[in-house]
Amino acid sequence: MANTMAEIKNKMRVEGLDLYYGKFHALTSVSMPVQENKITALIGPSGCGKSTLLRCLNRMNDLIPGTKVTGQVMLDDQDIYGQAMEVTDLRKRVGMVFQRPNPFPLSIYENVVYGLKVAGFRNRKMMDEVAERSLKGAWMWDYVKDKLDQSALELPLDQQQRLCIARLLAIEPEVILMDEPCSALDPIATMKVEELMLELAKNYTIVIVTHNMQQASRVSDYTGYMLLGKMIEFNDTRVIFTKPKEKLTEEYISGKYG
Amino acid sequence: MKLVGEKGVRRILMTVAFSAISALLLITLFIINEGLPFIFRYGLKDFLLSSDWNPAAGKFGIFPMITASLWVTFGAMITGAPLGVAVAIFLSEYAPRPMMKVVKPTIELLAAIPSVVYGFIGVMVLAPFIRSYFGGPGLSLLAGSIILGIMILPTVISISIDSIMAVPRSYREGSLALGATTWQTIHMITIKASKSGIIASIILGLGRAVGETMAVIMVAGNSVNIPHSALDSVRTLTANIALEMSYATGMHRQALFATGVVLFVGIIILNSIASVALRKRTSKR
Repeated sequence: MANTMAEIKNKMRVEGLDLYYGKFHALTSVSMPVQENKITALIGPSGCGKSTLLRCLNRMNDLIPGTKVTGQVMLDDQDIYGQAMEVTDLRKRVGMVFQRPNPFPLSIYENVVYGLKVAGFRNRKMMDEVAERSLKGAWMWDYVKDKLDQSALELPLDQQQRLCIARLLAIEPEVILMDEPCSALDPIATMKVEELMLELAKNYTIVIVTHNMQQASRVSDYTGYMLLGKMIEFNDTRVIFTKPKEKLTEEYISGKYG
Repeated sequence: MKLVGEKGVRRILMTVAFSAISALLLITLFIINEGLPFIFRYGLKDFLLSSDWNPAAGKFGIFPMITASLWVTFGAMITGAPLGVAVAIFLSEYAPRPMMKVVKPTIELLAAIPSVVYGFIGVMVLAPFIRSYFGGPGLSLLAGSIILGIMILPTVISISIDSIMAVPRSYREGSLALGATTWQTIHMITIKASKSGIIASIILGLGRAVGETMAVIMVAGNSVNIPHSALDSVRTLTANIALEMSYATGMHRQALFATGVVLFVGIIILNSIASVALRKRTSKR
């Protein structure tokens, strides 16, 4: 196992990460690799720190006052908490899809090209092309191509979530973080988003937080099980779900805990 | 026993509510009853568009006062609105939460300062300043605009902060997660999403500016003329009523009530626009 993991490139690497919200020690010396063009899932009971860990990967935790982070998070060979890293650049390279679909109160088109506008692009023709490509990439072009000027808030929930993925694809991130992206969706919509994830993994590195173990086992290549701010076990998804090494993992997987 | 008590309380509260509402209604009816017949008799066009205000000669044209009120209000908007919205953005988006929690109520407290105090500061500080640096009498349209601009700040800031804070956090996070800076997020998302509330705050502030009387009388100079520059002395509609009511009789008195009707209509229009804007904001959620 260790061999196959070493062959594939580490897109990101978390090393001895500790995080405090004020006095609360939310993550304790967490380490984990994120492999390029693979789907890495983080599972664990609510409050175990999986979302917190995910939000460390694009520094969304910076927004919460009183947060302190020590340790390293490497993106390629650069520490994202280092001096040389511009947080806006980081977030363009490591994008995020949230738990609740959060399209902006703008038109569908404006949502998709938002990231480009923020990055300073103004060329309408280029933005039209990117919008079409991104919406196609999120499998919603046919559904919205005739109503690009409509408010994004009028879309059904699953299309809203796909729009959030599309607007991320528009800025061509290297890593996509997904924080329970299906928890607001019904089973059919969930299935479609999972299929989309598998498709996206061909070109993107994906990290997903999910409370749904079946989802983790269906879509991910690697899985990390977290409990009380610690990474209990990180391994190939098949290993985690068939013969976990840790007793705690086994108890969670088999439904005895959590 | 308990049920009877409940009914009794209900009846008492209802009586109180109705007497309050009927007092307001009576005042409204009284103003309209005193003012409207005059407008019909004198002619709406002559009343609103003539510049000749000479009660002794039976001339009642309030055009200069309308112009003055509009200019002073416009001036208050130019000075107060950008300042107020900027303060609201700073407090809600940049300032640490504890700071906002202290500063916002303090600013709201400014609304409790009596207008005569604002006027006094205007007379003692602002008017001499304008006189020596810009010329003119000092007591002027400019002084009125600045004082009113300051007076509408609490309204603009407080309601703007409320509507900016009502913008869901998820919009901000979504924007920042796409690599936007805080300022890009503010002007591309947050302000757009809270636009109707911000506009409502400004309009409500303007409603206050149009109706303000004491401070304006003290600082605006009160000459009946159509201003040609910001340094001219002007008399607003409110000032006109307050200055002349003590000795007005007959037609003159009715003309002042009619001036009140004009003010009343103007403020109702402003407040209706504001409440439509505010309702648009709440229905979006």
